[in-house]
Amino acid sequence: MTTRITRDELAARIAADIPEGAFVNLGIGAPTLVANFLPDDEEIILHTENGLLGMGAAPEEGRIDPDLINAGKQPVTALPGAAYFHHADSFGMMRGGHLDVCVLGAFQVAQNGDLANWSTGAPGAIPAVGGAMDLAIGAKQVFVMTDLLTKQGEPKLVAECTYPLTGVGCVTRVYTDRAVFDVTEDGFAVRELFGDNTLDELRELTGLDLKEQA
Amino acid sequence: MIDRTVGSAVDAVAGIEDGSTVMIGGFGRAGQPVELIDALIDSGATDLTIVNNNAGNGDTGLAALLAARRVRKIICSFPRQSDSWVFDGLYRAGEIELELVPQGNLAERIRAAGAGIGAFFTPTGVGTQLAEGKEIREIDGRTYALEYPIRADYALISAFRADRWGNLVYRETARNFGPIMATAAATTIVQVDEVVPLGELDPETVVTPGIFVDRVVAVGERAWLDEGTFVGGVTIEGTPLETEGSTR
Repeated sequence: MTTRITRDELAARIAADIPEGAFVNLGIGAPTLVANFLPDDEEIILHTENGLLGMGAAPEEGRIDPDLINAGKQPVTALPGAAYFHHADSFGMMRGGHLDVCVLGAFQVAQNGDLANWSTGAPGAIPAVGGAMDLAIGAKQVFVMTDLLTKQGEPKLVAECTYPLTGVGCVTRVYTDRAVFDVTEDGFAVRELFGDNTLDELRELTGLDLKEQA
Repeated sequence: MIDRTVGSAVDAVAGIEDGSTVMIGGFGRAGQPVELIDALIDSGATDLTIVNNNAGNGDTGLAALLAARRVRKIICSFPRQSDSWVFDGLYRAGEIELELVPQGNLAERIRAAGAGIGAFFTPTGVGTQLAEGKEIREIDGRTYALEYPIRADYALISAFRADRWGNLVYRETARNFGPIMATAAATTIVQVDEVVPLGELDPETVVTPGIFVDRVVAVGERAWLDEGTFVGGVTIEGTPLETEGSTR
């Protein structure tokens, strides 16, 4: 047994929680892996904030169209049933509560659901926020996909974020390489443990009073 | 007869004064009006405030305008990219001012300007650094921050086809900021691949009606659509191109 699942295994785990018919935005970076594990026989509609619903996979070689890209500015395809729209409509879909799920990366998630994922606040860093703040407060369910610990071993689940916030109280669930956590009124509740992880070990790693799933 | 077409990109950008606020359409390279930007550089206009989602890619288009030191300030949501070395250098040297706006607030502020809205309350950014100092109001139990419109003296945008009245259709995700920027500038200047005869655009498919458009120039097919590379400093796979005069 292992204590950490792989990025792909985590992406597959998240994909399994996305219901047919959902409108979903997958954030730049690791969350885009979730698309690889959505079932072929279900209709799940991907939104990309630069102006497309019904986004498909990357094009085959030689079929790249520079006018057709995703939010990460990578070439994509449009599926049958796709729709294009301008930026104000696209962000209206987020802010207006029309998206069912978004999956975002994180630097930190606080036990009240605060999210920090756009800036470490490091001096000299060039700030860039993009659509992170709109997604965080807009989607009906905000899933975070992240390792539980940073490369330096610091927990990303925290009592209070020390990095600049992206959104207040917006995260609903955190999928990590060791466990899945729901954000509840009483803080993080462990929904599912992966591998050999135990609740006590996770409490020690995070320093938080993690709850058992009710 | 109404004819908003002009003969060249140089004619299209004529009269853009020093110190103007200029919206530039595009998301990364998709929809970036590269030919108009090149003409703006050649026009010599300087001390500009630019509104764009990003802050330029590679060494062409918006990045070239920045590299030519024509931009005093940029209002954008996502300046930092793997190929934004021109902006990065200017910003670190303190030679360009940055107003960072969450992307949806940027879009809505532009839309508001074009729609005659005086200001609006938005939930995006509330409780973050990017809403500091803004007026906060609770409405029906939710907290919002007050945001003001962004309007411009000029908008430079790229569309797919136009007619001489300035009706526009776009192509795929290159639409992005074009329709809202067209509404928010005193003078809207559009480059298209092709100008078609009046009546040839299906009125059901027109995205930007000509009322929002002042000048249209046909630039022909964008060669890079077929070349498999974006305009800018990276290939379509994201690998930086070795371009002449690169400032990396």
